[in-house]
Amino acid sequence: MASHSHSDRRRWFLKCGALVSFVMGFVRSVRGQTPAREGLLKDNLAYGQPSPFDNTIRRSLGQATVATDTALTTPLQDLDGIITPSGLHFLMDHVKGVPDIDPKEHRLLIHGMVDRPLTYTMDELKRLPSVSRIYFLECNANNRPLRGPNGESVQLVHGRTSCSEWTGVLLSVLLNECGVQKEASWIVAEGSDSNKYTMSIPLAKAMDDILVVYAQNGEPVRPQQGYPLRLVVPGWEAIRSVKWLSRIKVVDQPYMAWHESGNNADTIPSGKGLWYRFELGPNSVITRPSGGQRLPGRGFYEITGLAWTGGGAVTKVEVSIDGGRSYKVAALQQPVHRYAHTRFRFPWTWNGEEVVLQSRCTDERGEVQPTIAEAAKNLGVSLDYFYQADHFNGIQPWKVNRDGSIQNALFL
Amino acid sequence: MRYSCSLHTAVLTLAACVAASAQGRTYQLGSTPSAEEIKGRDIAISPDGRELPPGSGTAKEGAAIFAQKCAACHGPNGSGGGVTRGIVPLGNAKPVKIPFSLVPYATTVWDFINRAMPQSKPGSLSADEVYAATAYVLYRNDIVKETDVLDAKSLPTVRMPNRDNFVPAEPGWKPGEKRPFGYYP
Repeated sequence: MASHSHSDRRRWFLKCGALVSFVMGFVRSVRGQTPAREGLLKDNLAYGQPSPFDNTIRRSLGQATVATDTALTTPLQDLDGIITPSGLHFLMDHVKGVPDIDPKEHRLLIHGMVDRPLTYTMDELKRLPSVSRIYFLECNANNRPLRGPNGESVQLVHGRTSCSEWTGVLLSVLLNECGVQKEASWIVAEGSDSNKYTMSIPLAKAMDDILVVYAQNGEPVRPQQGYPLRLVVPGWEAIRSVKWLSRIKVVDQPYMAWHESGNNADTIPSGKGLWYRFELGPNSVITRPSGGQRLPGRGFYEITGLAWTGGGAVTKVEVSIDGGRSYKVAALQQPVHRYAHTRFRFPWTWNGEEVVLQSRCTDERGEVQPTIAEAAKNLGVSLDYFYQADHFNGIQPWKVNRDGSIQNALFL
Repeated sequence: MRYSCSLHTAVLTLAACVAASAQGRTYQLGSTPSAEEIKGRDIAISPDGRELPPGSGTAKEGAAIFAQKCAACHGPNGSGGGVTRGIVPLGNAKPVKIPFSLVPYATTVWDFINRAMPQSKPGSLSADEVYAATAYVLYRNDIVKETDVLDAKSLPTVRMPNRDNFVPAEPGWKPGEKRPFGYYP
């Protein structure tokens, strides 16, 4: 299912990575702050690398929201279980580059409508009571049909969701230390990237389950994911989970920053704009077999995929092998974590005929993933509305042709 | 305005410090930031503009700043980078992204120019330059006049054309509530 060119590209990446590590190591030693690790990174023993035969890599969308965005998608079709390896986490860069932050210099300032403004060092944050939780992060622009050159693969269409074990401090612990005043109703979170990326979040969510995170899958959060500190806002569009977090101001209104108003709102036919939508809907997709792959012949295949929802826990995933005329319940990998990717599995024997495979998610609130037709009807839009719209969570059909090739059947 | 506000907070904090530390802080970690530190970092601008610094500018002044510091990316007169795509009605059945039309408050424009522009040197513009550049962008979109003076007082009163044209995805829906089938956007 993967080509040789990917393999070559991977080796090229590895070589470049080694070169960059070497150069950076040199530059840093001149500045007198050589993290010993960097000189060793070119060595596969210091930090283990995947097999050179393996082609599990992120891909660029080739069609970013803004020309200068860096958009990399997670290879969902090549992954198993529910955890996304940190280096394969999707990336949607709105801030023009990943900042290079020395954790010794990094500070988190909490101020505004609090009794005691406080500044925390990374060491102080790590002394506070910690929690580890498995949460997905999904870009609000994930699942746009036709995303990518042909919208042909699960990676290009759905690859902007990833799931990690995050470790850090509950934001409520920090806010309680500062003493939130009773008139407060929102927080404004800010990163220390070059744009000082900013987001407004209701205080109720901040006091509920938002994490201030310093570790991802057991190791320090990767620079592309916010090293050394980021927010993780469970179940909500990932644009809220501010990376490189350095400031939280407790306030009494949303601040309507650029990335939460103009740059991340949609319009609907009534002439209105949609914004502040927060929670993601129930969602699922079959990751194998999926678009762009080819079945070598008839016989047994396990159908597998991921389900997730902003509503909490996935309670049921159903699989259809007849384009949605009938559904059967799939097995869910246990335990199911709230606000996490949930792996489903379904045994299937292909008889060599043309079939359409699709999955449907139901969550703990009883919310059900709609078809694109149902979603369009409810919003009063045509199907191609969802080409550009955010928060689309429609059922994804994959058509298996007689020759074993598989294609995106959303618009067939 | 911003300075006095922060100073006020800091004074209160200092005054409350002894008493507060006894009742609120469980872990006794973190340190109290100085008023200067808070003031220097308190750059997010609310729709009512309470954090806006002193300074002022007009579109006329902004044109010169734009030519010098913005045109390299945004094109001469803003033709190249989305600045002058104009404010358009929001409703359409096949949405094209029309970011600037979706900005509800002029303070959002000021805030983003201040924190993120120019891309090669974000945060390098003076307050006067940000007021002037904001005025220029708004003028090029027919929202203010060329000679209108924008400052901490006048900027929050500028009415963006689509300010009232936003609805929640499902009116009345609150985070955590079950939504009607199909209303997940």
